[in-house]
Amino acid sequence: MAVISDLLIQGVQMAVVLLLAPLLTGFVRKVKARLVRRQGPSVLQPYRDLMRLIRKDVVLAESASWLFRVVPYLVFAATWVAAALVPTFAIGLIFGWTADLIALIALLGSARFFLALAGMDVGTSFGGIGSSREAMIASLAEPAMLLIVFTLALVAGSTQLSTIAAVLASPDVGLRVSLGMALVALIMVALAENARIPVDNPATHLELTMVHEAMVLEYSGRHLAMIELAASLKLLLYVSLIASVFVPWGLTGPGSGPTAYGLAAIAYLAKLAVGGFLLALFETAIAKMRVFRVPEFLGAALMLGLLATLLLFVSRSL
Amino acid sequence: MSALVFDIAHLLAGGLVLVSFLLLYQARLFALLNIFALHAMVLTLSVAWQAYVQDAPHLYVTAVIALTFKAIAIPVALHRIIQRLGIHREIENVVGGGLTMLAGMGLVALSMVVMLRVTASADPLAREDLAFALSVVLLGMLMMVTRRNAVSQVIGFMSLENGLVLAATGAKGMPLVVEFSVAFSILIAFIVIGIFLFRIRERFDTVDIGALDEYRGERR
Repeated sequence: MAVISDLLIQGVQMAVVLLLAPLLTGFVRKVKARLVRRQGPSVLQPYRDLMRLIRKDVVLAESASWLFRVVPYLVFAATWVAAALVPTFAIGLIFGWTADLIALIALLGSARFFLALAGMDVGTSFGGIGSSREAMIASLAEPAMLLIVFTLALVAGSTQLSTIAAVLASPDVGLRVSLGMALVALIMVALAENARIPVDNPATHLELTMVHEAMVLEYSGRHLAMIELAASLKLLLYVSLIASVFVPWGLTGPGSGPTAYGLAAIAYLAKLAVGGFLLALFETAIAKMRVFRVPEFLGAALMLGLLATLLLFVSRSL
Repeated sequence: MSALVFDIAHLLAGGLVLVSFLLLYQARLFALLNIFALHAMVLTLSVAWQAYVQDAPHLYVTAVIALTFKAIAIPVALHRIIQRLGIHREIENVVGGGLTMLAGMGLVALSMVVMLRVTASADPLAREDLAFALSVVLLGMLMMVTRRNAVSQVIGFMSLENGLVLAATGAKGMPLVVEFSVAFSILIAFIVIGIFLFRIRERFDTVDIGALDEYRGERR
């Protein structure tokens, strides 16, 4: 019986991330529109877009190989698995032992690898430029991410997200300047990974500035729907990751009653709303930077991660 | 000693190192001045916390000196100098931003390795303050080496001195007389440097140190 309920909760978690992801994207767009005094589309618009895309025919380039057709599903599957592993409302789920931060990075990294391959597959210049820029951003963001993981692992003594969340929620963490630096670095990496404004503009179709959009330019129909959904899932993943690690309050443990799960779900929704609002606020307040300044931006994240690790070593060695 | 006492001292000293990195990174002069004021503010808080922890009232005097001189007087004076020199719109070319940052990280790691080994028998609070103070000093030197604008070199020098104050407070404080004399010598150094800046400006029409090298006939 316990196994069934555990499986059920894990299933609910997988469904929740899938269903909430477009809503979060729509919410961020709505807030951004309202902040510049536009009405903006409804928060449900991403769902409608996805339905429309799924109904539409796929237009394939003549030079497209089998890889091009497979990649959207690969990317979607890898991102969905990664998003389902991050603790959203509960820790200690039945697949919680697989929710290792390094595994998470590997899943996202392989998704990105295939997407970059697909960008170059058709042989148009836009796809190539998008892929090369994406690879540049990734090669800078991933070391920074790994350093953040080191910091968290040093504090919590584990790379497993459930354990990290449990340790950080307990009062014996104390006041750690390293965690603050890791938070800032993680936010910077998350902005870069999700193609948000200072690094890439998610709403643009201006060829000189786009990175992610250039890579998926050749996709249409259900393939594009998969990629859009994967992008939404990735945004949700990062917001949940930041929420579960740095704001771990309100997460329930295994074996608690339905009321606890209800409260945890409400807390999770509140965290998502706050995260989405802050993201929209930040994106409205800041201008996009030149592509060649991105290394500086991510270099700062890398440096913060490194400094956080170093400072942690000092406080631990005393 | 409770963990929280140590954690707050760690937070403030770590924050000082972080602000040193911001100084290293910032290329705009007015923003640099604001960050320098922040540097002095963090130093003030750190010194005040040490005064509270060590129950040493004379360290409060050090904190007040840091606040009035370094966080208020010197930034305001530098602000005026920059305006009178007419270089407030200049954006400096920071030599190899990423490389400087990496060098800075290396220096921080070095100072931690050195200080934690050397001071093995000391009080943890003092050890940690010394390690961070050495890295702030080294970062200040790095800033003086990498910058070409004389004003930012002055800021590098002042941030170096902030590191010295941090080291002195961590090591059970220094006598008040020494404290006063250091503070005033810094002020006098500042006045001398200020006059010197205007002299360089008069002679070469720029505060870029590269002009001095060219004048001496050295190749860059």
